[in-house]
Amino acid sequence: MSISLLLLLVAAIGVTGYVGGNRRAQALAGGRLSSLHSRPGYYGSLVAIWALLPAIAVLLVWIVASPVYIGSTIRSGFPEAVQAEPQATQNLNYNMVGAIARGLKLLTPEERATISADAAAARALLSSKGVPLAADPAPYMVEAAQNLDRMTTTSRMIVTVLVLAAALAGAVVAYRSVAPRLRARNRVEGVMLAGLVGASSIAILTTIGIVASMLTEAVHFFSMVPAWEFFFGTVWDPRFAAAGATDSSGQFGLIPLLAGTLYIGFVAMLVAVPVGLFAAIYMAEYASSHFRSVAKPLIEVLAGIPTIVYGFFALASVGPFLRDISAQLNGLATGSYASFIQAQSVLTAGFVMGIMLIPYVSSLSDDIITAVPRALRDGSLGLGATRSETIKRVVLPAALPGIVGALLMTASRAIGETMIVVLAAGVAARMQLNPFEPMTTVTVKIVNQLTGDLEFTSPQTLVAFALGITLFFITLCLNIYALYIVRKYREQYE
Amino acid sequence: MNILSEAAVEKALDKKMNDVSYKMIGQDVSVYYGDKRALYDVNLNVRENTVTALIGPSGCGKSTFLRTLNRMNDTIDGCRVTGRIALDGDDIYDPSIDVVELRARVGMVFQKPNPFPKSIYENVAYGPRIHGLARTRAEMDAIVEKSLQRAGLWNEVKDRLQESGTGLSGGQQQRLCIARAVAVSPEVILMDEPCSALDPIATARVEELIHELRANFTIVIVTHSMQQAARVSQRTAMFHLGQLVEENDTDKIFTNPDDQRTQDYIMGRFG
Repeated sequence: MSISLLLLLVAAIGVTGYVGGNRRAQALAGGRLSSLHSRPGYYGSLVAIWALLPAIAVLLVWIVASPVYIGSTIRSGFPEAVQAEPQATQNLNYNMVGAIARGLKLLTPEERATISADAAAARALLSSKGVPLAADPAPYMVEAAQNLDRMTTTSRMIVTVLVLAAALAGAVVAYRSVAPRLRARNRVEGVMLAGLVGASSIAILTTIGIVASMLTEAVHFFSMVPAWEFFFGTVWDPRFAAAGATDSSGQFGLIPLLAGTLYIGFVAMLVAVPVGLFAAIYMAEYASSHFRSVAKPLIEVLAGIPTIVYGFFALASVGPFLRDISAQLNGLATGSYASFIQAQSVLTAGFVMGIMLIPYVSSLSDDIITAVPRALRDGSLGLGATRSETIKRVVLPAALPGIVGALLMTASRAIGETMIVVLAAGVAARMQLNPFEPMTTVTVKIVNQLTGDLEFTSPQTLVAFALGITLFFITLCLNIYALYIVRKYREQYE
Repeated sequence: MNILSEAAVEKALDKKMNDVSYKMIGQDVSVYYGDKRALYDVNLNVRENTVTALIGPSGCGKSTFLRTLNRMNDTIDGCRVTGRIALDGDDIYDPSIDVVELRARVGMVFQKPNPFPKSIYENVAYGPRIHGLARTRAEMDAIVEKSLQRAGLWNEVKDRLQESGTGLSGGQQQRLCIARAVAVSPEVILMDEPCSALDPIATARVEELIHELRANFTIVIVTHSMQQAARVSQRTAMFHLGQLVEENDTDKIFTNPDDQRTQDYIMGRFG
């Protein structure tokens, strides 16, 4: 029985349990619902939960445990010679067995017999059924595959029985426990609480898992390249990793990448901060509520544009435009029509990233400016200050800590931004100050080092994890500091 | 002849009006918030160098009327004022009037103390700085000191003028706000329940202060406390449901009001 059908059956038992529990509670109440501890629906839900949870638990255990158990049993059945081979080869062999086993299900009994007699015929026969094999299977593989097929079928049958039994048993036990004084409501809410706790811990555990996996790979990298060479090296030249080569001949200096990241982020903030802040001031202080209700969502649409689209925009429009206009300007000034702005440059990437950041700055600042109490504005206006004096001297100073926090959060986005810089900043890891030349960023290099056919154990690849963890800590620190500032500021008014 | 002709009544009233000097005059003042009408044709004059108390149950329009006197209602979306309000004879809703200038002449103290998150000195210096009242640092120091003295706060804060105004106690904050309003040298000070967020001792200090300020300023105060109105004001106006019920000498209002509603409100039968 397939798993989806099984789940459907379990769900049906759950629904029946709900209806049954509900009915039984009502019957026990005998028309006086107030004699029940909980409303009948809660009894129904309790029965349904008891039907579903144990069954799903059994199923989950099976999904995790059965491939491990079957796999180790089959492998231990491999001939001694095969078992002596390296782990990687054994994995390949086992995968082949798995493929044959899947193929066996498609064959008629006669064809199965052919295969077990003549292993060499298996490849042709199976590929005619749409199951391609990488090589001619060895005779022991066909045998193992047949074992595997048998074990899988048996384990499926067992799990089907177990799951259905668990569902029915749970439902029956819960159904029989339905009684007027049973605190069904509290129990159902307990299960819901557990579900909520589970959901939030998944989010937290995932973060921890990501950091841990990055850390292990980064530690691996630092065992090959000294940490100080990475953090303080001024040359980025990773070279290519020759297959199987163990020595790392490249140079992995973080400084040029970090310089590019910060420079491009700085240009982006130069664009985003004034525009975003002024837009926020207009929205919060001057705009009529009608205009605001239309314009604010429109600005926030900018935040919903995927960054790859900004990347196109930079690559196809802004970059060439800047290049051409610089050629024209140069021509007017000196007579030589050579462009001094390159299409891929710090300026292009920074400018487009700045546009991307405008809605973050404006929307965060808008919230913070609006949070400044009306009493302060009234106090200032009541003293005969104009609106703009009130904004400059009272509202903005009061909102400043919050705005700084918002800008720090925006800056951490700028530093982590990838697609725009991949397309618009260039890949040359250089340290220079001319904004018209290309530079590269940490994120671009992570993309570069992880794409293509790479050996995963070489420092050339692993450096991406070191870069990633560095980036992660920079943005983490920025975000924590920003949150700290914002929170401290909030306390003033509450 | 104890029945006077209408003309004679008019004449008597005119005479009465000429006897006292009115700082602000409100004629047929109505206020609308969107479609909702908050004030109905209020006729209320404010006498010079007098404390006028506005009393009445919550939502009766007394704060709304107060806010029309320096056009603070302008900052509320959808608020509309009709009728005529004059300051020294000039209509303050006339387009030729600069609202900024008006608010410098008619200052305001709010219900909740709202010092700016700046130093005590900067809080007081804020208004004078905006209006360019001091040319030198020494002049500004003098204005700040005088204002704080008038607000009875100088002795408490003279050694910590650079500390934040938000660090003061509630009563001190409210006196700081009064000092801030006084610093601009307004002619009229509007107070919207200035003691409602203060404890009794701080309230007593502010009331004392209002007494002293009367010598130099015209004061209009909104209050929920009958006792406070009786203690600090010379004239009292009673509002109910957006209408002015009556306006008279405070003694008269509290001992022998003309209107039954005033009587009931003062006796605590509603409100």
